[in-house]
Formats: sequence, structure tokens, C-alpha cells
Amino acid sequence: MASERYSFSLTTFSPSGKLVQIEYALAAVSAGASTVGIKSANGIVFATENKQKSLLYDENSMHKIENITDNIGMVYSGMGPDYRLLVRQARKIAQNYYMIYNESIPTSQLVQRIAGVMQEYTQSGGVRPFGVSLLICGMEPCPTSNKMIPLLFQCDPSGAYFAWKATAMGKNSVNGKTFLEKRYSDDLELDDAAHIAILTLKESFEGQMNETNIEVGICDANGFRRLDPATVKDYLANIP
Amino acid sequence: MSIMAYNGGCVVAMKGKECVAIATDLRFGLQAQTIDTNFEKVFPVNKHMYLGLAGLQTDIITVYKRLMFRKNLYEIRENRVMQPERFAAMLSSFLYEHRFGPYFIEPVIAGLDPKTFKPFICNMDLIGCANMPDDFVVAGTCEEQLFGMCETLWRENMEPDDLFETISQAMLNAFDRDAISGWGAKVYIIEKDKVTIRKLKTRMD
Repeated sequence: MASERYSFSLTTFSPSGKLVQIEYALAAVSAGASTVGIKSANGIVFATENKQKSLLYDENSMHKIENITDNIGMVYSGMGPDYRLLVRQARKIAQNYYMIYNESIPTSQLVQRIAGVMQEYTQSGGVRPFGVSLLICGMEPCPTSNKMIPLLFQCDPSGAYFAWKATAMGKNSVNGKTFLEKRYSDDLELDDAAHIAILTLKESFEGQMNETNIEVGICDANGFRRLDPATVKDYLANIP
Repeated sequence: MSIMAYNGGCVVAMKGKECVAIATDLRFGLQAQTIDTNFEKVFPVNKHMYLGLAGLQTDIITVYKRLMFRKNLYEIRENRVMQPERFAAMLSSFLYEHRFGPYFIEPVIAGLDPKTFKPFICNMDLIGCANMPDDFVVAGTCEEQLFGMCETLWRENMEPDDLFETISQAMLNAFDRDAISGWGAKVYIIEKDKVTIRKLKTRMD
């Protein structure tokens, strides 16, 4: 049968021990729109480019930053359609956890399980790895005290995941990270973090940045939310 | 005769002041015939939590083992101790998974929160409908008698010693009025820093 020809995993080792399919997936990510995530003392900020190719697009009805639970948010660099599948899976994983334990899923658990999904797509037959890297953030109670602690994770197409204080992905991620290394400090406030995140995006932004071609998401003790364009505009007004 | 009452036995749990108690009888029978007088229906879950299971003996053992499987996976995966509330939610969903071919057991959970040490008690029916009252929970073949005794003896904010006396008297006098429960009892008093386990000598007829 013709379909059997591709029923093995497409991600196979090259003689040198590399999985080139994963490297191609990472290339798709670094060709994608820039995304920045910064953790501060009392929350996390996401900022991402959301440029439209034509003036005719309705820019307020498609979003890159999504809620997974009330307290967990997610954003991506790379391929949009792949991201939507992962958002759906993530929400399903979160609700399934809530159904069993009657408690919303801890961020680290969600990240681990999404990373598991992404890993499966590097080893299963008839599928390709995801062309996205994810940023996932959430607030959760500290295991020793009752303080809420912020968490920021990145999830790669290979299924590898990292915990960051601040990071940049997508186009110009190297420059973005260098910029963040200079600007980041451990005692940032949430508003400062939002400011720096937008600045980092602006470093490599082509054209005029405004409230319709970027998206900002914020996670604090009240949960995660995507900022509306008017609030983003206020942040932009403070930027030279 | 109901399969729930085939082996006999009962379990009760009570809240006290910064402590909880759970007690079990020790009979294992086949209808009216007593086989063993050393079958404990209360099992340790973790440092501050115990699970009592009344009902069909084969299902008591299976449910306990399958729950420990799930609870151990949770504790390893999440690197933290399971709270009683989480354990109850997990047990409830586990039982409802078998909605149309249930395990013939009625669980009772007693424990303290691993962080705050807040007392927690809970019981369920065989398909996982949970009940979390402020005073006491009962299960087993002498449920009605236990309700009567607990309603009479239980008071708010009992100290551990007081709670032991209350739960023991409730248990003893309840199962003395039931032909397929009794034959000894075991009582667990769970406190913040220790668990006291006492075996009670009772009528053996």
C-alpha cells in the first residue's frame, strides 16, 4: 500500500547522530515572529509581534497569546496552525487534571505533559515535529510557604523544556537575549518587565510599532490575561 | 443479601481539635460464618492520612492497591505529598470510572493537610459521591448503629484522648448490635506529630 511507505517515523537519525528534522523545525521557529518572555518578582510578561501582511486584515480578531487555565498563559514563535493544535491539547490536559484532582494543574506539570506531546511527534510514524517553540507561564503557590511564585518555561519542538528568567525566541532571538542579559535584574517589578519586553521587541522591529501589531500578556496573582489594545497603547506611550 | 454485606465489617472516622480519628472492626466473614478476626479495613496512605474501606473484601484489597498505585505516581511525578482533598478527588473519579461495574466498597478518608494540618474527613458511596461533613463519617454493615452512636457521643473540638474514647465507644456499641461486624477493633488517632494506634478487646461472639 502506498500509505505504508510513510508510516515509519520521518524523524530518523543521520549518520552523524543528529535528527535533522528537529533542526529543520528549529529553523522554522527562528524564522518565525519574535516573542519575548520576562519573569519579574511578582509576575510574568509575554510580548510578541503580530504583524499583518495586508492592511485589509482585521487585526483584532486573531491572537497569538492564549489562556490555558485562569492562571496559565501560552505564546509561540513559528507556525500558527501547529500552535493551535498545542493550545487545544494543553487545555485538554489542564481540564483533565482538574477533573481528576479538583485542583488546577501546576504550571510545571502542564509544561512536562506538553513537552511529552511534542516529543511523541518526533518519534511517531507518519507525523512531523511541531514547527513551534512555546513560552508557558504561570503563578503557583510556593511548596514551602504560601507565597505565589512566577514561573516561565520554554518548550522546543524536540520536547526539551527550559525554565527561564527571561528569554527571546524567533527572528533575532540571539540579539534579543543579549539585550535581555543587559537589562534583566532579579528585582524587576511587573511594569518594568513589561517595559523591557516591549523594548526588546522594538530592538529588531521593522516598521512602526503600535498597539495592533504587537500583543502583550501578563500573569500576576490575579491570573493570566492578554492586554487589550488600549492598555498596550499606554505602555507604548512610555517608550521613547 | 447485598454483596456489600457479604463479608461484613465497618469503618468510622471523626474530626477532633487539630486531630482526626479513624477506626475499623476486625471481622472477615462469609455471610454469617466468621473466617478471620484480624482483617483490618484501615490502611495507611501517607504520614498523615489513612483510608478505610468497608464492603466486599476482595474489592477492598484491589481498590487499596490501585489507589496506592495512582497516589505513588502522583507523589513521584509532582514531588510533593498528596493532600487529603486531592486524594479524595482522585478516589472519587476512580470510583466513577467504574460507574457501571463498580467496586463494592464504601471508602472513608481521615487525614491532616500536610502543610496546614487542618483535619479532613470524607466518605463516599460505591460510585464516588463524596460527603465531607464537619463531624464524623461512617460506612459498613452497622452504618445505622454508628450514626446513632456518633450523633449521641460526638462533640466539637475534642482533644486526642477524648476523641479516642468517643470513637471507641461509638464503634464498640454500634457493632455489638450487628451480627456481622465486630470481633475486635483498631483505632488510629492522627495528630500533627504522631499517630497513635490502639487495638481494642471486644466481645468475640
